[in-house]
Amino acid sequence: MHPVLATVLQRLGLGLLTLFFVSIIIFSAISFLPGDFGEQVLGQTALPETVEAFRRELGLDQPAWKRYLQWIGGVMQGDFGTSFSGRSSSGVDASRSVVELIGPRLWNTLFLAGVTAIVAVPLSLFLGITAALKRNSLYDRSVNAVTLTTISFPEFFLAYLLIVFLAGVFPTLANVTPEMELGERLSKVALPALTMTLVIIAHMMRMTRAAIINLLASPYIEMAQLKGASKTTVILKHALPNAWAPIATVIAFNLAYLVVGVVVVEVVFVYPGIGQLMVDSVSARDIPVAQACALIFAATYILLNLLADIIGIVTNPRLLHPR
Amino acid sequence: MSDARKGDVLLEMKDTRIDGFSDNRWHQIIKGVDLALHRGEVLGLIGESGAGKSTLGKAAMGYAQPGCKIKSGSIMFDGIDIMAATEAEKRKLWGSRMAYVAQSAAASFNPAHRLIGQTVESTVAHNVRGEAEAREDAVDLFRQLSLPDPETIGERYPHQVSGGQLQRVMTAMAMSPRPDLIIFDEPTTALDVTTQVDVLLSMRAIVEEFNTAAIYITHDLAVVAQMADRIKVLRYGEEVEDADTATMLSAPTQDYTKSLWSVRALEKPQNPSDDIVLSINNVDAAYGGNIKVLHDVSIRVPRGRTVSIVGESGSGKSTTARVVTGLLPPMTGSITFDGEPLPPELKSRSKDQLRRIQMIYQMADTAMNPKQSVGEIIGRPLSFYHDMTGAQRDARVVELLDMIELDASFADRLPGELSGGQKQRICIARALAAEPDIIICDEVTSALDQIVQEGILKLLLRLQREFGITYIFITHDIAVVKAISDEIVVMFQGGVVEQGLKDDVLAPPFKDYTKLLLDSVPEMDPNWLDDIATERASQ
Amino acid sequence: MTDKMNDLKDTQPANVPADAFAASDAKQEAYSAAAEAGAVRVRRSRWERSRIALSKAPATAWFGLIVIALYAFVAIFAQLIAPYGEAEIFAKAELPWASLGGQSEHFFGTDQIGRDVLTRLIYGAQNTIGIALMTTLLSFLIGGSLGLIAAINRSWLDQILSRGVDVLMSIPSLIFALMLLSIFGSSIPSLIGIIAVLDSTRVFRLTRSVAVNVVVMDYMEAAKLRGEGLGWIMRKEILPNIMPPLVAEFGLRFSFVFLTIAALSFLGLGIQPPTADWGSMVRDGSRFIQFVAYDWTLALPSLLPAGAVALLTVAVNFVVDWFLHKTSGLRDE
Repeated sequence: MHPVLATVLQRLGLGLLTLFFVSIIIFSAISFLPGDFGEQVLGQTALPETVEAFRRELGLDQPAWKRYLQWIGGVMQGDFGTSFSGRSSSGVDASRSVVELIGPRLWNTLFLAGVTAIVAVPLSLFLGITAALKRNSLYDRSVNAVTLTTISFPEFFLAYLLIVFLAGVFPTLANVTPEMELGERLSKVALPALTMTLVIIAHMMRMTRAAIINLLASPYIEMAQLKGASKTTVILKHALPNAWAPIATVIAFNLAYLVVGVVVVEVVFVYPGIGQLMVDSVSARDIPVAQACALIFAATYILLNLLADIIGIVTNPRLLHPR
Repeated sequence: MSDARKGDVLLEMKDTRIDGFSDNRWHQIIKGVDLALHRGEVLGLIGESGAGKSTLGKAAMGYAQPGCKIKSGSIMFDGIDIMAATEAEKRKLWGSRMAYVAQSAAASFNPAHRLIGQTVESTVAHNVRGEAEAREDAVDLFRQLSLPDPETIGERYPHQVSGGQLQRVMTAMAMSPRPDLIIFDEPTTALDVTTQVDVLLSMRAIVEEFNTAAIYITHDLAVVAQMADRIKVLRYGEEVEDADTATMLSAPTQDYTKSLWSVRALEKPQNPSDDIVLSINNVDAAYGGNIKVLHDVSIRVPRGRTVSIVGESGSGKSTTARVVTGLLPPMTGSITFDGEPLPPELKSRSKDQLRRIQMIYQMADTAMNPKQSVGEIIGRPLSFYHDMTGAQRDARVVELLDMIELDASFADRLPGELSGGQKQRICIARALAAEPDIIICDEVTSALDQIVQEGILKLLLRLQREFGITYIFITHDIAVVKAISDEIVVMFQGGVVEQGLKDDVLAPPFKDYTKLLLDSVPEMDPNWLDDIATERASQ
Repeated sequence: MTDKMNDLKDTQPANVPADAFAASDAKQEAYSAAAEAGAVRVRRSRWERSRIALSKAPATAWFGLIVIALYAFVAIFAQLIAPYGEAEIFAKAELPWASLGGQSEHFFGTDQIGRDVLTRLIYGAQNTIGIALMTTLLSFLIGGSLGLIAAINRSWLDQILSRGVDVLMSIPSLIFALMLLSIFGSSIPSLIGIIAVLDSTRVFRLTRSVAVNVVVMDYMEAAKLRGEGLGWIMRKEILPNIMPPLVAEFGLRFSFVFLTIAALSFLGLGIQPPTADWGSMVRDGSRFIQFVAYDWTLALPSLLPAGAVALLTVAVNFVVDWFLHKTSGLRDE
């Protein structure tokens, strides 16, 4: 087998294995619930039969491995179970399926993350590369100082600062609805997207700069210079082909960071995304919804990093052209 | 070779001063050096680490390496004022009329491109030749440099080719635009001796063929003697001496130059003995249980003598040391120490057995804990093995420092505050503190400059005379072997080629591999490489 | 490569005459090991060295150190400084700066149930910083010791720990914390426990990787060959050599933990009322946020505590940045 294919398959396998373990961890969370949580969900006045029926529905009378198989089987077919909310002590079940709750919100979150990524990724790559090329210049030092500062700001601080300065320009509530037109939608997500852009650019620009500086310190770059290659040739022909792996890592790392950063930002701007749903479900201790959200976040995170890994592998000349 | 002035002056540097930036301030690296190079002449630039030879070599091209700046002086290349030239003007010269060959070929080739593309890159970019013509010419160059499969080797990627071959491809790359000047920056330092000879032969042949002027930078006197018409000796950024190769070898005028020469002359008479203190009996060893690195190794070490184990990288000489110390228990075979079997595992050896076999490492830098003072480093074996404490221990530390020719004030210093030679001395003192029977010396001099090497070797010899210590001396350097050994073990690919008294091994009749190894070590004779070439041609 | 050595040679020792280096044209003096040029510096006491380091520190580092000292002072003496009690309730809610116009006793105003904002901010320092500090210490205790053991052991134990940490780290830590909080509920002990365990994975990785670099050094082998025990090797050979990166990491981990706790409290899942804490104060203040377009001071109830969080993390980062540059000698990350 070609070493590239072999390595890629190996990484894929490792990624799947990680996903498997992560799903077990997330699933087993439910086993740590205190014994009286049936009463907590259904209310103090719930009849013992209702509680018993609820426990049976969760399958708590069955062994854990069986429940896991059922749960993961459902997940693979897009069924995350039903929410705890909407149940009452009387036994009336007005709960909705988790998928129904998550669906539209997942789309909203992806929209916000997408808008941010489109702005942030090219911008931070540009800033990072130019800072690396003009190393130790005034430009480099000021970009560095600014990013070191914003990197240490909590997301909500940046968000409120932006609100103070831009409240007149953009809406401070990002309450989008499915019917909304793209233009209005974009104006609604402007502030949340800007907040996340600021956070990400700081991280990404610093990482890009470090990766490029590391690359430019390679002896083969000095060799290219001593062969009289022009600056453009040095960058395009000698540095870039070796830069894909580090750049992909930087991008993936930051997109993954976006996935997490979205939680706080969504809450600040009351944006109906999956992050806010997770926060709500955690405060209501609505375990199935929290599990589903956690699994989605974790899977995105793992897959993005896996993708970066694979890009690194397929652009590595040592693996592409084995001995 | 011997007619030094072949043509008119190609390169002239006057009062060149270069500063380097470190520790937040500028330091002088080159302190006003003059240099003149004629067309077709090869100038050897020699000096120890820190002499500034590489910086000066690159400056000859008008290139200041990162963190350096050429402060003043004039550099004239064929009527062009390099100091006044713009970056663009310099780029026109680099890779067309001036070329550079770096020390580490593996790191200096771009991993993403094929060799042939990199070889002709500057030739094509500077319009010296068209792409097709340049490629054909490159294949010719590959052939002249006796690379295997010259037609196809260029289609490979750098990591698909061995180090010695890469170094030759890099020479072809430098030669491709037919430059007037090539800077060779320690091009063979990273190679094994047997590979080095081939690379030197082919490099010299091609430089002569095209009558190219070159600056050959190295720390190895014998190598430069083969390559250069004229030698310039640098020390601490200043010129010590500049003369024809023949004159420089036969009649150096400066004491520093003479002392560089003298290390090679150090030699102790062999002293046979049959009193075996340690024997390695038919040892096989492997890393990770499957990669076998030692095959049936048997070595006898006589008491109070020095046994040198020589071989190239990968010959298994360091692994042998790991077996003796117990870090790598052998798969089969045994070790006998003072008449008794030595437990194979480190864990099962007694404290006394550990005490009696000590080790000194190649890199004194990493062999000492940087956070411990010299006193603590030397004092630890004293308290650990000999239960010494307080004033008694301190007094013994001073005694030990005295033995290694350092004064008592060193006890308070940290390793970071010592020079390379002082560090190695402290490591010797730490081994001495245990009062061992045997000290294993693993390439202890190869990271040191020549003069410092001589001091360390003399110290080791003196300690052997005074205390009757046995040395197992692991090295690849034949000059060091001559200086210190009583017996020699030659190793190749994990097996022992031969063991014998020094004078027997180093004199005919030779075993095949021993002869190859000895023949490959450059000698301080400018005709040595020519002799090798003639000898090979006749075979 | 060889010319890197220039750096060493050119660091001229204070107590060696400068021309000891330039002996090339002078008569070759008799060789002496003690006269060999080393990078000898005058030994100084720890106190002197830190004073010199401080005097050379950049403005950002000074700024950070002063801010940290100020925060520490406020946190430690909160009870003495605060004008009122932590949960003391006053008659009416006032907006900040109201005191500028009138005669209000509440400089930063009061919150929605009439508690003095300045008092809450001061107590918030004590609670938020205290909890973050405890969490970071706990995470270093767990991650640091396991990392050291893994680095020395390098066998199945290392494998299990490292793979386990890989899996734990593949879940974003805020998400993981949220999920665990949904199970264990938001109390201060469960908050400390959950974040400490999740954060210890990062500490484990760092400790292991720096310790592994030390473990492969020849002086470790020398200690092993001497027959030293595990205790000596850990205390005397490894720990002193990995302290600088660990200290820097402590700063970074602290600010990360501090931000996580503030974020969780902001989400309403961290420190619970009536305990004063900056994250929940931001959340409480946010109800005016829609009206900021008309009067920007309405953002202050959120901005003040959020700014307090930001200022401390910036300060810590500045100090760590300086410390890293100083100890590693690196000019770039």
